[in-house]
Amino acid sequence: MIVENLYCERDDRVLFEDLGFSLMKGEVLQIEGQNGSGKTTLLRILAGLSSHFEGDIYWRGLPLMDVQDDFRRDMLYFGHQPGVKAMLSPEENLRWYAAMHPAIDLDRMATALDAVGLNGYEDVPCHSLSAGQHRRVSLARLYMTAAPLWILDEPFTAIDKAGVAKQEMLIQRHAELGGSVILTTHHELHLGSHMRRINLDQLAGT
Amino acid sequence: MADTLTKEPDYSAGRSVGSLYWAVLRRELLLFFRRRSDLLNPLVFFLLVASLFPLGVSPDPTFLAQVAPGVVWVAALLSTLLSMDGLFRSDFDDGTLEQTLLSPQPMFVVGLAKVSAHWIMTGLPLTLLAPLIAVMLFLPADGMAGLVLTLLLGTPTLSLIGAIGAALTVGLRKGGVLLSLLVLPLYVPVLIFGSSAVQAAINGLPVSGHLALLGAMLALGVVMAPLAIGAALRISVSG
Repeated sequence: MIVENLYCERDDRVLFEDLGFSLMKGEVLQIEGQNGSGKTTLLRILAGLSSHFEGDIYWRGLPLMDVQDDFRRDMLYFGHQPGVKAMLSPEENLRWYAAMHPAIDLDRMATALDAVGLNGYEDVPCHSLSAGQHRRVSLARLYMTAAPLWILDEPFTAIDKAGVAKQEMLIQRHAELGGSVILTTHHELHLGSHMRRINLDQLAGT
Repeated sequence: MADTLTKEPDYSAGRSVGSLYWAVLRRELLLFFRRRSDLLNPLVFFLLVASLFPLGVSPDPTFLAQVAPGVVWVAALLSTLLSMDGLFRSDFDDGTLEQTLLSPQPMFVVGLAKVSAHWIMTGLPLTLLAPLIAVMLFLPADGMAGLVLTLLLGTPTLSLIGAIGAALTVGLRKGGVLLSLLVLPLYVPVLIFGSSAVQAAINGLPVSGHLALLGAMLALGVVMAPLAIGAALRISVSG
């Protein structure tokens, strides 16, 4: 993925201009910045959810607009809202994800739920789970997906220490296998040579 | 996890449009069943309007028989409109709408499945309840079949049109009023042909013309509305 000359303005405030980077296979890109610096906006733009920007984004060498279907198939987005239906159980939520995203493999659901510590909660409606467990339901997708690109917006919020360590390991594994990750977090990540950082505060205009 | 990136995922299973339609439909119906109050709300409204009408205007059977087709149709239309606002609202709030739009699956099928579920949970019960209300309002027996048939053809059209409005206004915090204003003019033709078909049936005139027009509207809606719904949702989410 290559991003060139990205410019975004919101409520008469320039969030970033002339932002450019490239993300290769096996790289983890951490977007840093203070609250309100445009991290979520940037991720939404990169995921193709928002079109309020100027500049070019290329996916596998082609303009993102032309290969949207392929891009959506190759990408997993974990958003600001976890995307979990409170009225459905974790299992029903994941079944729906598997129906919507062909890259998500339903056969791995049991191991995924086990890995995020939701074993025994499969049939409990999500509204009776804690905030952290709620987000874990959505994060269980990371164990089930074959998509090479992950875009994660604050994946560690409301997750306990052991859970964060586990997610970090998962992200590292993903990078080692040739996947790429773009994420925002205020958490210090220790991923060695795979890591790169972009700080939006330094790019902010007036 | 070990071989995830090397293994080519099996797209054929997810590609099947039919299975996607059923998956979305099943999920929506399940959600409706888990929130039963939402399910009852339009029905109770329908029943209330129809039962308050004779109290407010006149309990005279000949008068009621005259206005019955109009009253039943207006009540059905308004209770559909009432239920429309929530169609995409909860999906928008918890982020599942974003995830739907990011999936490689065609939005046409997803939109159609959502509207189908909405109709099964509101339009269909309204249609089944209508004969009861019609009896309460002294609708002549000749008009009964016409009423059920027109509602059967008309309510899915109402759901389809309403879903476009709901998709356009879902990004707004208070989209309810705007939704009514957007959708109501488009509901008028359905209402006119629907209630006049019942009137024609009562007077012993042929209704096939009216039914054909309602059917044409429904056919057009089924083909065009899901496209508009998908496009409208993309606009709403990107804002």
